[in-house]
Amino acid sequence: MQHTTRLTGLGRLRRAGRPRRLLALGAAGVLSLGVLSACGNEDAKSADDPAEVVEISVATFNEFGYEALIDEWNADNPDIQVTQKKVGTWDEAKENLYTKLAANSGLSDIEAIEGDAMPAILAESDAFVDLTDPELDGRWLDFKAEGATNADGQMIGYATDAGPEGICYRADLFQKAGLPTDRAEVAELMTTWDDYFALGEQFIAKVPKTAWYDSTGGIAQAMLNQVEHPFEEADGTINVENAELQALYATVTGNIAKGLSTTNAQWSDDWTAAFQHDGFATMPCPGWMLGVVEGNAEGIVGWDLADVFPGGGGNWGGSYLVVPKQSEHPEEAQKVAAWLTAPEQQVKAFEAKGTFPSQVDALDEPALLGTSNAFFNDAPTGEILSNRAKAIAVQPFKGPKYSDVLQAFQNALLRVDDGSNTPDKSWETFLSDVAALS
Amino acid sequence: MTHVDAPSGKDIATAMPPGGRRARPRSARGLTRRQRLSRWDVRLSPYLYVSPFFLLFLVVGMFPLCYTAYVSVFDWGLLSGKGEFVGLDNYRDALGNPTFVKAFVNTISIFLLSSGPQILMALVLAALLDTQLRGRTLWRMSILLPFVVAPVAVAIIFGSVYGDEYGLVNETLGRIGLGPIDWHTDRFASHVAIASMVNWRWTGYNALIFLAAMQAVPRDLYESAAIDGAGRVRQFVSVTIPMIKPTLIFVIITSTIGGLQIFAEPRIFDDITTTREGGPDHQWTTMTMLIYNTGWGRGRDLGQASAVAWLLFLIIVVFALANYFAVRRFARGVGR
Repeated sequence: MQHTTRLTGLGRLRRAGRPRRLLALGAAGVLSLGVLSACGNEDAKSADDPAEVVEISVATFNEFGYEALIDEWNADNPDIQVTQKKVGTWDEAKENLYTKLAANSGLSDIEAIEGDAMPAILAESDAFVDLTDPELDGRWLDFKAEGATNADGQMIGYATDAGPEGICYRADLFQKAGLPTDRAEVAELMTTWDDYFALGEQFIAKVPKTAWYDSTGGIAQAMLNQVEHPFEEADGTINVENAELQALYATVTGNIAKGLSTTNAQWSDDWTAAFQHDGFATMPCPGWMLGVVEGNAEGIVGWDLADVFPGGGGNWGGSYLVVPKQSEHPEEAQKVAAWLTAPEQQVKAFEAKGTFPSQVDALDEPALLGTSNAFFNDAPTGEILSNRAKAIAVQPFKGPKYSDVLQAFQNALLRVDDGSNTPDKSWETFLSDVAALS
Repeated sequence: MTHVDAPSGKDIATAMPPGGRRARPRSARGLTRRQRLSRWDVRLSPYLYVSPFFLLFLVVGMFPLCYTAYVSVFDWGLLSGKGEFVGLDNYRDALGNPTFVKAFVNTISIFLLSSGPQILMALVLAALLDTQLRGRTLWRMSILLPFVVAPVAVAIIFGSVYGDEYGLVNETLGRIGLGPIDWHTDRFASHVAIASMVNWRWTGYNALIFLAAMQAVPRDLYESAAIDGAGRVRQFVSVTIPMIKPTLIFVIITSTIGGLQIFAEPRIFDDITTTREGGPDHQWTTMTMLIYNTGWGRGRDLGQASAVAWLLFLIIVVFALANYFAVRRFARGVGR
């Protein structure tokens, strides 16, 4: 019996022989390819640039509209080559930023910072290069320049864009509901939040399968940006139990029950899919959102942009470029950052992705004012967003904890959105989340 | 069946002449220095040969473990660095955090939903592959394919499968007239979804390990069992399972350790909160995610994160030991 086992064992071995040899061959092939390509890279490097080339990396999120600009820079500056690292959302970028700040290595030469988080970055000024440059005085709108300047008067970041908001809407769905579709007429119907929500109730009565706006979190953020002290007192102490915030919370959670919101989490898969499924009819649109809408709603006809924002003007977002001290080439990085945030470049970024300039000289550029967007029914986006920028009356106070509290607040809204919590219970959790921050 | 049993180690030991042990020390006394050196060489060099692993383990295993314990008794911010000594405060805060209890329950639930079915499926798969199939190598290699796919890619694919409103599963359910499942709201549903991602990835891997063990089972055992009248199922239960017991213990313990440390799948499953912290109500936050959220999330509190990490370590030790003893008893029981 032992004899037979051994024989079958051998037989198995022999049969297994061929695939194994093939596998070994494959592995060897892959290995040698890897080695070859590694050599190839080195060769290319040493051949192409005898004089050393400085490589600058720029980390951005969402859409900054930098693709063409970076190509332009690289063509003009063979000695400083710029590459872009993009991630999907600011929150991903934020995590990466903090982790690598703590590790004190691994950050890009230029990091993009979302406006709401800039106060927290200023609190960590030691880790970033002082970018103060007298030549650039007066380049930016006052509130953007102040937002990037720390208590010692050092400018830590160069402002990229601002986020004046209009209302994006689906004219085709408006027509279905018997509402006016012309952007001037639409604008007249939503000058206050009450009007906007009332119009929404009218809309969902006619088109029940479509919600009025894209997400509870998005509307809440738009409204927050009109509150003077949403989360913090002027001295930076956290105070979330203020009447204005509570009223805002009651309004947006009340709208969930009325069916005005999709209850999709902003930036989730369902939210993205809703663009293709007639999920909602309107949404607050800062300039940088235009590129996002166009991407998500590809192939959908009917989007338009109204020159109005409920409750006056509002600024949502708008970012900064900072240079971490970790960078091996801080001077070159500063040069690139200054170039990218110059008015001429920002206008081009606006034309590419709708990121509205925060630079004073860019606002009067004919190129900006003349910009229209074919996807949004040829809306004169440049002119509309300029008007929206002028309408901004309130700049909310945002302290170092603003971004963290905002995340907790968004989670509180999501717990009501998904029905897992009542508004009251979710608010309690929010309070304890905020208490855990300090 | 008894005739195939090899004599056990004990039998050999008792068969040795009784004088053998006593004879050795007598000869040791008369050794030259060189002979002594050579004896030391024989005794010590094996330890020297295995030492690289242990030295490496000291550096990359023991040191982080101890350093985490050190960090856990301090007030230690991600950016601010080491602060005051706070004793066990971090542990108290961690245990007092309602999210900790949630994360603990979620972890156990996802672990049970993943490891249990996974090992059973792997065993069955391995048993099927251990037969005379056509193109066996192809089948054996293809069950490993899911393992090669990066977990992030898996999560993205499953993300569109388990979308609440426009996901594949819910749209299919809607077609056949069933209500949608709130994958990202209902706690248990989210665990099932995450467990399915984990199982998809790890079942084939475990099946291959089982397969390797099964192939080492002497075929004559099966032949005798067949002569004794045992069917396929009886052979599997009475021959295969006891014979692969060491491998079974190994796989169960490694999958326990892995199952209690699930991180990537639940994190990427969360496309709801922008911070990916495991659902707005922490419906599917696991322990490892809690460590990350505490240390690198809003709190940026490395001290408390280290405390949670140590608590997780203790939990894993308890589970691994419990599993070890349970499996040993189970497999022995089956063997009889």
